[in-house]
Amino acid sequence: MKKELIFELSSAHREKQEVFGYTFGTGSKALAIVGSMRGTELQQLYIASQLVKFLTQMEREGKLVEGVQITIIPVVNSYSMNIGKRYFTLDNTDINRMFPGYLEGETTQRIAGKLFDFVKGYQVGISLTSFYMTGEFTPHVRTLQTGYEDRELGKKFGLSYYYIRETHPQETATLNYNWQIWGTKAFSLYAGGTDTIDNVSAQIAIDSVIQFMVNMGWIEGELSESGESSLIFDDDLQVVMSERAGIFYKTREISTYVKSGEILGEIIDPICGESLTKILAPSDGEIFYTHSEALIFENKIAFILVKRS
Amino acid sequence: MIESVVSVTLPVTESLKIKRKRYIGCEQGKRVAIVTGSHGDELEGQYLCFRLAQELESFKEQGKLKGSVDIYPALNPLGVDSITRNIPYFDVDMNRTFPGRENGSLPEFVAKGVLDSLTGADLVIDIHSSNIFLREIPQVRMDEENADKLIHLARELNVDFLWVYPAITVLNSTLAHSLNSLNTKTLVVEMGVGMRITQQYGEQLLEGILNVLTKIGVLECEKQFDIRKPLISYGEEVHFINSPCSGIFIPKIQHWIGIKKGDLLGHIVDVLDGKIVHSVHSPCDGVVFTLREYPVVYEGSLLARIYENSECRRGSM
Repeated sequence: MKKELIFELSSAHREKQEVFGYTFGTGSKALAIVGSMRGTELQQLYIASQLVKFLTQMEREGKLVEGVQITIIPVVNSYSMNIGKRYFTLDNTDINRMFPGYLEGETTQRIAGKLFDFVKGYQVGISLTSFYMTGEFTPHVRTLQTGYEDRELGKKFGLSYYYIRETHPQETATLNYNWQIWGTKAFSLYAGGTDTIDNVSAQIAIDSVIQFMVNMGWIEGELSESGESSLIFDDDLQVVMSERAGIFYKTREISTYVKSGEILGEIIDPICGESLTKILAPSDGEIFYTHSEALIFENKIAFILVKRS
Repeated sequence: MIESVVSVTLPVTESLKIKRKRYIGCEQGKRVAIVTGSHGDELEGQYLCFRLAQELESFKEQGKLKGSVDIYPALNPLGVDSITRNIPYFDVDMNRTFPGRENGSLPEFVAKGVLDSLTGADLVIDIHSSNIFLREIPQVRMDEENADKLIHLARELNVDFLWVYPAITVLNSTLAHSLNSLNTKTLVVEMGVGMRITQQYGEQLLEGILNVLTKIGVLECEKQFDIRKPLISYGEEVHFINSPCSGIFIPKIQHWIGIKKGDLLGHIVDVLDGKIVHSVHSPCDGVVFTLREYPVVYEGSLLARIYENSECRRGSM
């Protein structure tokens, strides 16, 4: 394993932030994995650290395939992580809205630019990322629809779903989008929670990346029997909004199958304790996302189902 | 008449309401909207709204309001009332949420309601005040796609600077871009600094807005406004001065002054060591229209923007 300094950033009163890449094997640039870019992405940091541990072990045992190079950057924004802040310490900007970066620009543009220079040119890029809203997802892999997305490769993670979604204007500055524009097959891995470590989801995500590497012939190992991920698009999803605001109480969890009309949860009056409304499944499907906080707003996404007939 | 254009019930005994005050002189006349407060830390528009409301009451009483003016003082009221730039709880930049969605989350739902209420106005003026880091001279910004239809109005707003910049995809989610795409002319004003009110800038813009309202026939006003002739940049003459290192920035120039190439702009200092780490000099002759207000900087932090112009003389503009 080779540890390389990608960039360092000084501060008026703190110790330097140093960001390292951990590279395994030499040869063609096969896979780059970027861990947490936000300070609250602790689940993502944990997954990346476990992958570093796994690849270190594989290298020691001689199970990395010759001529293949895999690199992992576990954390990009440790400055924010150490103060419990999601976005950049000073200006609250999101590094994952600054790609491809600009080395002469603002701080987070420079960070994005230096990171992108390091991970550019890999055949495949995986970003361990989180949703802008808190909540829990069925672990899945997704990519943005750019015209360059690969409809088959994402199935090789063996997760339940490979989700290709429409690109919104603000997402043209994400790592996923820019990787694709620069010729890398890009995937974003969503693994359950964000600021707490969910061991079950984390292990599913770790196994999926290992499975992907085995599938691609980059490491030695056995293919699992989980099969390929199901490809889904925006039209396959059914968003269930909260009709009322109040205390959110869910009765169904992610990855469970529900029937149309089944109660998924309810919203409770925060003062009287009475049920304000029951949240019903509008169709048959598998729960893909659930809101997870105690309070819920009106018109907030409470659940997302993958529709099933 | 005060009304809510969007209302959303919050979880615990409160409603979020986006309010506007409507001054209607003549229903058949032109409609202009003044909006501000999409970023909760930008407060310059608060003073402007207050002063404009006073003026409009007076015009209306005198029967000199010939159209209508809607004032939206806070598109992000939860943010304004809690010193939060983004929409609290969601941490979403409201001005990257447009056009919004009827069935979207709270920020998207609010954005959709706001956009619907503004669409079709004859003119919208969206007032911003940079952020807490930078002080801006009163200026209008527009992307080059919309410059032809907006620049004549911007010239009348009594600002010091017009900045026409290339279109950027990520800015497609701003209120101004969404409205201009819907053929509702929208001007974006930037002035002052976050978390503060600069009354002088507010009065300057007030004169400009009254002038524009008069020019397009919404107001009947005998007063001859002494409107400033703005410098106009088409982007390529703007230099961004980013900090080469981290530390504390000590400016050595005033805002909105003419400078010459090589003039000292400021120092980045190490306060623990008592040393100047780097001295920042101007790369060109021109005028400083953006100057850093917040002293803590990281490598890359924006210190100033300079409009390159060899005709600018050193000193006050």
